[in-house]
Amino acid sequence: MTERQRSDYDVAVVGGGLVGSAIAWGLARQGQKVAILDEGDIAVRPSRGNFALVWVQGKGLGLPEYAAWTKRSSDSWAGFSAQLREETGIDVCFERPGGFLPLLSEAEVEHRTNQLKRLHNQPGVVRYDYEILDHAAVAKEMPFIGKDVVGASYCPLDGHCNSLKLLRALHIGLDRSGVSYLPHHRVERIEQRGGGFAMVTAAGEVRSGKVVIAAGHDGRRLAPMVGLNAPVRPERGHIIVTEKTAPFLKHPVGFIRQTDEGGVMIGDSFEDAGFDTTVRNGVTSTIADRAIRIFPQLGRLNVVRTWAALRVLTPDGFPIYEESASMPGAFVATCHSGVTLAANHALALAPHIAAGSLPEEFKAFSARRFDVPKAA
Amino acid sequence: MTDLKNRYDLAVIGAGPAGLAAATLAAKRGVSTVLLDEQAAPGGQIYRAVTQTPVRNPSVLGTDYWHGADLVGPFRDSGAEYLPSSTVWSVSRSLEIGLSREGAARILPARHIILATGALERPFPIPGWTLPGVMGAGAAQILLKTSGLVASGNVVLAGTGPLLWLLAWQYLRAGARIDTILDTTPRENWRQAMPHMTTFLRSGYIGKGLKLLLEVRRKVKVIDNVTSLRAEGDGRVQSVLFRRGDGAEQRIPADTLLLHQGVIPNINLANATGCAQAWDETQRCWVPTVDAWGATSVEGVSIAGDGAGIGGALAAEHRGRLAALDALHRLGRMDRAQRDREAAPHREALEKAERGRVFLDTLYRPGKDFRVPQDDTIVCRCEEVTAGQVRDAVKLGVSGPNQTKSFLRCGMGPCQGRLCGPTVVEVIADARGVSPAEVGYYRLRPPVKPITLAELASLPKREDEIAAVAPH
Amino acid sequence: MFQRLPNASGERVSFTIDGRPAEALAGDSVAAALIANGVQTCRSTPVSGAPRAPYCMMGVCFDCLVTIDAVGNQQGCQVRVRPGMRVETQNGKREIER
Repeated sequence: MTERQRSDYDVAVVGGGLVGSAIAWGLARQGQKVAILDEGDIAVRPSRGNFALVWVQGKGLGLPEYAAWTKRSSDSWAGFSAQLREETGIDVCFERPGGFLPLLSEAEVEHRTNQLKRLHNQPGVVRYDYEILDHAAVAKEMPFIGKDVVGASYCPLDGHCNSLKLLRALHIGLDRSGVSYLPHHRVERIEQRGGGFAMVTAAGEVRSGKVVIAAGHDGRRLAPMVGLNAPVRPERGHIIVTEKTAPFLKHPVGFIRQTDEGGVMIGDSFEDAGFDTTVRNGVTSTIADRAIRIFPQLGRLNVVRTWAALRVLTPDGFPIYEESASMPGAFVATCHSGVTLAANHALALAPHIAAGSLPEEFKAFSARRFDVPKAA
Repeated sequence: MTDLKNRYDLAVIGAGPAGLAAATLAAKRGVSTVLLDEQAAPGGQIYRAVTQTPVRNPSVLGTDYWHGADLVGPFRDSGAEYLPSSTVWSVSRSLEIGLSREGAARILPARHIILATGALERPFPIPGWTLPGVMGAGAAQILLKTSGLVASGNVVLAGTGPLLWLLAWQYLRAGARIDTILDTTPRENWRQAMPHMTTFLRSGYIGKGLKLLLEVRRKVKVIDNVTSLRAEGDGRVQSVLFRRGDGAEQRIPADTLLLHQGVIPNINLANATGCAQAWDETQRCWVPTVDAWGATSVEGVSIAGDGAGIGGALAAEHRGRLAALDALHRLGRMDRAQRDREAAPHREALEKAERGRVFLDTLYRPGKDFRVPQDDTIVCRCEEVTAGQVRDAVKLGVSGPNQTKSFLRCGMGPCQGRLCGPTVVEVIADARGVSPAEVGYYRLRPPVKPITLAELASLPKREDEIAAVAPH
Repeated sequence: MFQRLPNASGERVSFTIDGRPAEALAGDSVAAALIANGVQTCRSTPVSGAPRAPYCMMGVCFDCLVTIDAVGNQQGCQVRVRPGMRVETQNGKREIER
């Protein structure tokens, strides 16, 4: 056996956004010595595009394991948030009041109904309640709902949190656990070195026993360096935020939610625009128009901010969690639901990384699924 | 708004000296020109209410102010379209202007745009600066110009910079009382400004400025070398605590505290449009990057006046004309040689107007303690975030204002960083031991002024924009 | 505390502040009119309930927010007083109905 060279860290996590921070937090709780390598102030930062939802309904059509993974995270979220609060004093305002996805035509209702039916008919899929509601049923819960809302799909497991407080709580927790957060450390290359890995950056080299690539869009470039594949692409989404308003909306309503601070967040849109995050007034206008159809009262509120951010999308939209076969100890973790899955990343994924390998249940999330030609 | 053209050749945003001069020159050459401004009357801030002020006695506001009226007449005769009470909340790279008027929003395209949105007072974060009764000296000047209102009771002015002295002089002329002026000009600035003294002595500032300064100092109690300030009071300002040099703290009563430490470019619209900007070490502020004609990094967008770097009202006028000439050239109405020829007298006038600025900028550069405040001072007024919280975020590894925004909500309020951005950058730079240039600035997006969701919803939408929002 | 210069001339405008009758000069912004009428605090903040009053008078600080004719969060310094206008000081967050 060759002597293993001493590494600076047990694990280097490449990426300090929602995914990287949650994994690093979980690793620290397992007693691992961790470094996070992050970029500087101006970086793509897809985490900025999050909608702060902890959302279950509708997820997993095409990959039933994802439905289970999502529900598991949602069920763990309250405990996760309690741990964060205990450790850092920050309440990330997790609420699970149930969520509505508004449907604005009979066609949408039919489409959604079929979608959810197919999802829940998948063999081995996890069971949980959901309902298709008509306008009257929605109005009972939210009397101010617009008349254009024909119905909604409702799930009692849907919720939301304050994602900025989440990121802050994670970073404070990381700091308290002695995790080294290294900004301005964009990873140029990852090399195998002396039984571990070396991350080569402009600010110097960082050595670790294991490496987790949680670098959002940069995963595409980095994964092959460790024998993995993360074929992610950017998808632009716009978000609108209004001025702080007295609480009137308890439930997250798909792409409309009121934050604990009072502002109303309104989304969502989907564009292939490469890495361009220029805000298009025509898109935000369409988003605004739809929101007013759903809640007419929103029309009089002032828009305080808009922004566009880039989702990190795999070819089927489901996460990739995988350990490299050719370079054991190298992992990739990528998804576009970094808030919903934060609890899992911290409490269900990190312990396996700490132990050194991912069990069988993660096979479904391997990127090799993209190599298999689809059955006719 | 149905009588507006579908597209103007030139849109000028801001009816201060730069905007008025630019629009006048261009329109006189037959270019279809529109001047947009959020105020109800022309003049911008420096010549605010020049056509409507209730302060009729010309000796109160001074001759420099009344020069603004000389710009309005020619503008009105130029043939340019004038849209007052119109707020511009967006300028896109494709030169579409998002504007809001009487609660209705619309998109107005142009072939060339000149931003002339001027400056705003540099934030002056001291403990207690959010108390009612504390306001900018510029704010007091606006109240004087537009409404003939002057502070009464115990009136304290504090800070540094020409506007502070001008306001004091205008107050004296109006018969208003000022109890004390707390001058925060750092002692060491004199030494640094000395090398630029000779140029300053040749400038237009020296005559009037010195006379004004001496008159104020003769009639008002001035305390020099003030190194710390705190506004105190229960629900509103009632006293000011200050320190002179290394001396003991002193307290004076105040019903109104007027703060001023210079003006800085209002960069929000330029930033949201995507114009490149850079840190200016002399003026110690962020400035959009422009060439000698005011052209920015965005094709078709120029900036004239204080919005491209503080130069004062007269310089703004000349820069406005230069930007208009360049616009005429870019619109194909004038070849390069003619543009350069016609520009010559304006360049000469500009050079003369800018003479002596470096001396003033150096002399009146605010002291560090007033740019990098103590922990308990609010830096973001909208979200009530303190300097200490920003420093804590830096300790966690946050390296710039955009990350700070995500961590603390700092800069997320309606003012969009106008009152916190400069301070946040300086606090981070100081905590990290790097220059503000390295720290960077907020990345802004439209709307740069609030519009209602309903106004936003009413805008025209392209097919692909609508398709982007369909359920996926 | 602010007072009007004795020779400041102009037409008078009648309006109300929190239901009470008040007067302004034509050309006054709502913020200026409040100041002229001795209103020291125009709102309390949505974050902490702290008292605020106009700070910049030019539309960049957003501290002069008041409710005008039942519409909340209007920048008082950007709106001219009109006869019969109903101006109200505000507390905290905007109400969805106003």
